[in-house]
Amino acid sequence: MAGMIQRIEMKGIVKRFPGVLACDRVDFDLCAGEVHALLGENGAGKSTLMKMLYGMYPIDEGAIFIDGVERRFRSPADALDAGIGMIHQHFMLVPTMTVAQNVALGQKSSKGFVLDLDRVTERICQLSADYGLKVNPHDLVGHLSVGEQQRVEIIKALSHGASVIILDEPTAVLTPQEVDDLFVVLRKMVHEGHGLVFISHKLHEVTALCDRITVLRDGRRMGTRPAAGVQRNELIKMMVGRELKALEHRGYTPGIERLSIRDLRASGDRGVETIAGINLAVQAGEILGIAGVSGNGQLELAECLIGVRKADSGNILLNGADVAGMSLNERISRGMAIIPEERMRDGAVNDFSVLENVFLHDHKDKAFRQGIFLDFKKMAVHAGKLVHDFAVKTPSLETPIKNLSGGNIQKLIMARELSRKPTVLIAAQPTRGVDIGASEYIHQRLLVQRDAGMAILLISEDLDELYELSDRIAVMYEGQIMGIFARQDTDIQTLGLLMAGIKPGDSPKAGSLIAACED
Amino acid sequence: MTNIFSFEVLSGVLRTMIALSTPFLFAALGETFSQLSGVVNLGVDGIMLLAGFFAFYAVLLTGNVWLGLLLAMFIGLLMGLIMSLVSVTLKAQQGISGIGLQIFGLGMSSLLFKVLVGTVKTVSGFAPIKIPLLGDIPFFGPILFRNNFLVYAAFLLVPVSWWILEKTTLGLKIKAVGQNPAAADSVGINVNRIRYFSVCLGAILAGVAGAALSISVANLFQDNLTAGQGFIAVALVYFGGWSPIGVLGGALLFSFATSAQLWLQVLGIQVPASLAVMLPYILTIIVLTISVNRGKQPAALNKQFFRGEN
Repeated sequence: MAGMIQRIEMKGIVKRFPGVLACDRVDFDLCAGEVHALLGENGAGKSTLMKMLYGMYPIDEGAIFIDGVERRFRSPADALDAGIGMIHQHFMLVPTMTVAQNVALGQKSSKGFVLDLDRVTERICQLSADYGLKVNPHDLVGHLSVGEQQRVEIIKALSHGASVIILDEPTAVLTPQEVDDLFVVLRKMVHEGHGLVFISHKLHEVTALCDRITVLRDGRRMGTRPAAGVQRNELIKMMVGRELKALEHRGYTPGIERLSIRDLRASGDRGVETIAGINLAVQAGEILGIAGVSGNGQLELAECLIGVRKADSGNILLNGADVAGMSLNERISRGMAIIPEERMRDGAVNDFSVLENVFLHDHKDKAFRQGIFLDFKKMAVHAGKLVHDFAVKTPSLETPIKNLSGGNIQKLIMARELSRKPTVLIAAQPTRGVDIGASEYIHQRLLVQRDAGMAILLISEDLDELYELSDRIAVMYEGQIMGIFARQDTDIQTLGLLMAGIKPGDSPKAGSLIAACED
Repeated sequence: MTNIFSFEVLSGVLRTMIALSTPFLFAALGETFSQLSGVVNLGVDGIMLLAGFFAFYAVLLTGNVWLGLLLAMFIGLLMGLIMSLVSVTLKAQQGISGIGLQIFGLGMSSLLFKVLVGTVKTVSGFAPIKIPLLGDIPFFGPILFRNNFLVYAAFLLVPVSWWILEKTTLGLKIKAVGQNPAAADSVGINVNRIRYFSVCLGAILAGVAGAALSISVANLFQDNLTAGQGFIAVALVYFGGWSPIGVLGGALLFSFATSAQLWLQVLGIQVPASLAVMLPYILTIIVLTISVNRGKQPAALNKQFFRGEN
């Protein structure tokens, strides 16, 4: 292919955001025909660095060289012109348009002012066949699964003529099988001479796919290593700055049934049934993990359990009492605690201080009141204790919570919820967007609570996390439980197939990507 | 008493309906472009008033309707630029800046009218053009093919708008910017430029709508000539589900209601006049309550775009 980029160099890149040095003199380079991983924790500066390469942010200091020539990109249009494409973590697609319309968007039409969707469709079919990216150009993007949308994004980048493609956390939303399929496609692209930047914080993916690995921490480049033969521990140390402690698992001795869900049915926001008859039970002293690809009813299940979504039918027994018709408040007073999936939306009030967020619910507690007034002294003592016990890093109790990192906010929410001494904890995506250090801490805390006899329902899209923590794992697909397994009785492959809706013995359908354009 | 179901009355009601639908069509089709790009312009009524006044005043002074139309478009463009500057570049709340534009247009047109004209005067606006042969068709001819330039232009604008939105790269860009500006930005589309274009196009068409009122339908100007028609036009966009064809249906429905109430009064039917005048507005509320078009609403409607924040 003519006009392919042979080498990109970023030298001494500096980027400042108000109060934060996002990138501190970072060097990075990429050659044609290689996958170069950018590894690091959330907030390490990976996405920021690449958004500068893609023209989304201006560079404060430093320079970008493409094939030896210095280039300045003022917008993504400039970067696209230079042959650089980016697949964002949140897909940049218009859900109300078809695949072909999405691919046509921003490209010159062969007919000038008039759209030429036929030609775009042809191009999609060709790329689809060349790279094994199965999509139907006429489908509405909003109807596609996350995996399919990602294929559309890749086709979009390729059809824009990108020879270098940046992939920002591309595997975060995929099932293990989809990840395998994606890697096949990516290897093919590399073989054709494309250069890929693979942003990730998952070590095993990075070592499986990439040629070189650059680790960023707090906006600084900690080093670059060839992927072949690199030690996992070395990478973790570069990412986190220290070695991780192994989690301690004590014996599994479940006690009485704390939470029992019986034939629960509920509808999603669009009125379609998203929970189609679920039966689950969580016992004291166990963690029940819920696995599943996002959008298969996990969110609605959590909402039903905490009482913000009304169940159509079925029972929710909390410590023996049916709470299905009760308010969130009543459920909390009966021993339920919640770590919500959308922590900044449902778990905290962004502009409130740390102290105020600790008392979002418990301000009613008589212990923190003097008559009709709040007893701020007692509240400060309590909040201060929680901050200390859970190692929440905050400048003060008066700091608005939005100024804390995701990990610290999550630790604070967890501290608040656990301080009520609940018997049942609903934890939805407790470590999503949380750095490794805080994740490790949250995991340890969850295990401590389990050992102390709490019943924990853990909803997560991170299979590694489920494996680390759960005593039993239930797989959810299209609002149903596909199966429940003791952790030691299953493996990632089985879970992955169930997450895609394929029961053992079924012939594989969704798992394989066959290059085709049916017509 | 005249038989209200006679042929003549029906023909009269329909002829008035076609004439009255012109301002609705221009304003609502313009607002469709604006909203599809993600900007609600609530100032349509104010633009119609000020542009309508200038069109009227130009015709009053010179007798040249084309000059009046051009001036109305220019006023529309100016007010569209103000709207874009405030809501797109400066990222103010669209609802507030639109209302500001409306109050400005209402007050300014009223002031200029008092200072420059004083009393209600009529002008001779766009003259009807009879289309050969078609104009002679019984019943339909007089209704459809003996109208003036602006009426034909308004109805022609429906398929033209549809074609632009569905079949051109520009239409695709406008809709993408209104649905997911970040996605449009990521493939190199200048979000602000598209929004400026759409808002200004909408405002120019609102200006034409104002001219259609003052130098085509009413052929006069008075305080608050629009009587809220600009707001009905905004409602028509929702009613029409952001599609030119839907907007056409809505415009015809509402102008039929207005036309019917006018004829009710003309014919001396015993309906309290104030009740008859309320008819189109009551219809607006009922229809908007019944028609659920939420699924079609541009996802980024009324949302400012900041690059890199998602």
